[in-house]
Amino acid sequence: MIKHFLRLEWKQYFRSSYWQKSLGLNILLVFFALYFIAMFLLGGLALYPILKKMYPDNDPFVIVNGFIFYWIIADLLMRFFFQKLPVMSVKPLLTLPIKRSSVVNFVLGKSALSFLNFLPLFAVIPFGLVLISEGYNVSTTIVWMFVMLLITLIINFLNFIIESLTAESDLSFLPLIATTSVLFALNYFNIVSFSEIVSKAVLSIAENPLLLCIPILLLVGLYLYNYRILRAKLFLDSSLKSKTQEVKVADMAWTRRFGKVAPFMQLDLKLIWRNKRPRSSVFLIVVGLLYGLFFYPNPVYQNMPWFFAFVGIFVTGIFLINFGQFVPAWDSGYYKMLMSQNITYQDYLKSKFTLMSLSVIILFVLSIPYVYFGWDILLAHFAAAIYNIGVNTHVILFGGSFNRKKIDLNQRAAFNYQGTGAMQWLIGFPLMFLPMGIFALFYYTINFESGIAALTILGLLGMVFHQKLMKFITEKYLDSKYKMINAFSQDN
Amino acid sequence: MITTSNLSKKYNDNIVLHIDNLDIPKGQSFGLVGNNGAGKTTFFSLLLDLIQPTSGHIKNNNILVHQSEDWKPFTSSFIDESFLIGYLTPEEYFYFIGELRGQNKADVDALVSQFEDFFHGEILNQKKYLRDLSKGNQKKVGIVSALLGNPEVIILDEPFANLDPTTQIRLKKIIKDLAETKGVTVLISSHDLMHVTDVCERIVVLEKGKIVKDLATSEATLKELEAHFSGE
Repeated sequence: MIKHFLRLEWKQYFRSSYWQKSLGLNILLVFFALYFIAMFLLGGLALYPILKKMYPDNDPFVIVNGFIFYWIIADLLMRFFFQKLPVMSVKPLLTLPIKRSSVVNFVLGKSALSFLNFLPLFAVIPFGLVLISEGYNVSTTIVWMFVMLLITLIINFLNFIIESLTAESDLSFLPLIATTSVLFALNYFNIVSFSEIVSKAVLSIAENPLLLCIPILLLVGLYLYNYRILRAKLFLDSSLKSKTQEVKVADMAWTRRFGKVAPFMQLDLKLIWRNKRPRSSVFLIVVGLLYGLFFYPNPVYQNMPWFFAFVGIFVTGIFLINFGQFVPAWDSGYYKMLMSQNITYQDYLKSKFTLMSLSVIILFVLSIPYVYFGWDILLAHFAAAIYNIGVNTHVILFGGSFNRKKIDLNQRAAFNYQGTGAMQWLIGFPLMFLPMGIFALFYYTINFESGIAALTILGLLGMVFHQKLMKFITEKYLDSKYKMINAFSQDN
Repeated sequence: MITTSNLSKKYNDNIVLHIDNLDIPKGQSFGLVGNNGAGKTTFFSLLLDLIQPTSGHIKNNNILVHQSEDWKPFTSSFIDESFLIGYLTPEEYFYFIGELRGQNKADVDALVSQFEDFFHGEILNQKKYLRDLSKGNQKKVGIVSALLGNPEVIILDEPFANLDPTTQIRLKKIIKDLAETKGVTVLISSHDLMHVTDVCERIVVLEKGKIVKDLATSEATLKELEAHFSGE
C-alpha cells in the first residue's frame, strides 16, 4: 500500500506541469534549499566556537539550550504560515478500496518527511558532533540530538492541530500570534521564564535518557489527536469540500464616472477584493508605503538623492507593479468569454490603466508625510508618480501582451509563483531601474532639480501620447490574441 | 446567416476539421452531433474566432469572423464553464454581460425574470458566487447569459449536459421558441441524439472533422442517427 502511495506522490510531483514548465524556478528553489542546508551546516559547526569566544565564561551547550524556547516559537509561527497538511490530494482515493486509516497515516507520515523537519538536523548534528569532539559526554549529546528531533516533530504535528482549530479565514493567524506574543512577553519580562523551563527540561532529559519517554509520549499523543481530527474530516462534506463564501455586494456606483470602462473597472475591483491572490497585492500596498522608512531615516541615504527616485517609483507604484505585471492573466480564467463578447480591447485595457493610475495618485497622496524627511523627497516622489502614470503604466501593459501564463485566482498568495515567467522579471528592469538611472544621470551631470524635471517631462510626454501608446499596445494584444487564448486554456 | 467555405483546422498535420461547404440560413435551429473528437467544439471555436483557421473562412452575416469583429454585437455564445467569471454572483454576471451588450439593469432584470422557473429558485438571490454553484446551475447561468441583448445568433456547446431532466425539457422549449418565433439562428451541439432531434430542424453529423450526414429533421431522423452511431 505504502508503495502505491509513494509512487503516486512521485508522479504528482514530477508530472505536474508546474515542474515541467518552469525548470528555472525549480532550480532556484533547489538552490534556496541547498543554501539553507549550507547555512545550517555552517551554523551548526561554527556555533560552538563563536559562543565560546563571545561568552568565555558560559557553557555554549547551556546557552544553546536557553534558545530552544525561541526556536520553538519561531518555528511554530513559520510553519503556521507556510506548511499545510495536503489533505485535498487524497480525494480520489476515497472511493478506492483503501482503508481510511491508511490514507490518514500516509498523509500524516508524509508530513513528517517535510523539508522543514530535516532542516534543523543539519544544524543539530554538526553541533552535537562538535560537542562530542570537545569532550562532552557522548551519550548525553546523542540523547540531546534525539530530543531535538522529537521537538521538531512535535512542532510539526502541533502546527496541524493549531491549524485545524483556527478557522480558515483571513484573520485566523491572530489567536496564534496573540498566544505566542503573550508567551514571549511573559518570558521576556521574566514573569515566567519559559526559556529556562524548556532549557532545564531538555538538559534533564539529556542527562537521564529514561525521561525520553515524556517527549515520545507527547509526540504519540499529538499524532493520535491529529489522526482523530483527520479521520473525522475525511468525508466529502466536511474538510474536502471547498468552502463557499457569503457574498458581500457593493454597487460601486462611483465607477460610472469613468464612462465606457465602468463595467470593467467594477469587474477589476471585484476581482481584487474577492480573490485571495489579487487581494494580497492590496495588502502589499501597506508594505510598499512603509518601504521609504527603511531608507529615509538612515543618514547614509540622505546623501544619495538619486536613490529617492527609486524609492519614489516603488512607493507610488507598488500596486501598479503588483497588479499590472499579471495583466491580462488575472482574467485568464474567462478570457475566452471576454474575447467572444461584444467588447473592444481598448476599453478593457483602458480600465486597467485607469485603475493603476488612480492607485499611483492615491499612493502619492498617502506618501506625502515623507515630507518630514525633507522637501526634496516629496519632490522626488511627485516626479516618480508622474513617471509612473505616464510611462510605467504603458510599459507594464505592453509587457502584458507577452503574458502567456494562467493564474488560478483561488490559490494562496504568499510564495505563489504561478503565472510568473521570464517576462515578470524582465519587466522589472525598465520599470524600476530605468527611471532611477535617468534620474542619477541628470543628478550627476547637472543637478537634483534637472533629474526631477527629466522624470516629470518623460511622464508628461507619456500622458500626452497616451492615446497613441494605447493604440499601439492594443494592436500588440490583438496580435497575440490566439496565443493568449490557447495558453490561458491550458491547465497548469 | 452563417456560411462556411473550405474551412479546415490542422494541428501538426493532424486535420481536426475540414468542412467544404456549410450554409446555415437565418432562423434555423441547427444541431451538430458527433462522437468525442469529431470537431464540434473546434467548429464553434472557429466560429467565435477563438482559434485561427488553417484554411478557408466562416462568414457570419457576411462578416468574415477572423478579420472583423463586427459579428460580436449580434452573436452570443456559451461554450463551457470557462465563460463564467467565478467571483461574481449570477446577478452581477448577468449585469456585466448585459452591459457589454448594451442592456441596462432594467432590461437585464426583465429578461432574467422570464427564466425564473428555469432557474428553479437556485440561482437568483442566493448570495453565492458562481464558482460555488453546482455544475448544472453554472450551466443555467451561462445559457441564460447567452440570451441577453437580443442576439441573432446563439451558439451553445453541449447545453443539455449536466442539466437535470426538468431543466432539459424547459431548455428545449426555450431553444425552439427562439428559432420559431424570434427568428434567432441557434447552433447547438450535443451527444444526446434525442434532445437534438427534438429541438433542431436540421442535424449535421460530424465524424473525424468531416460532415458525413446532413439531415432535415423528420420522424425517421432519430432512428437514422441511432443506426449511424451504433455502427449498423
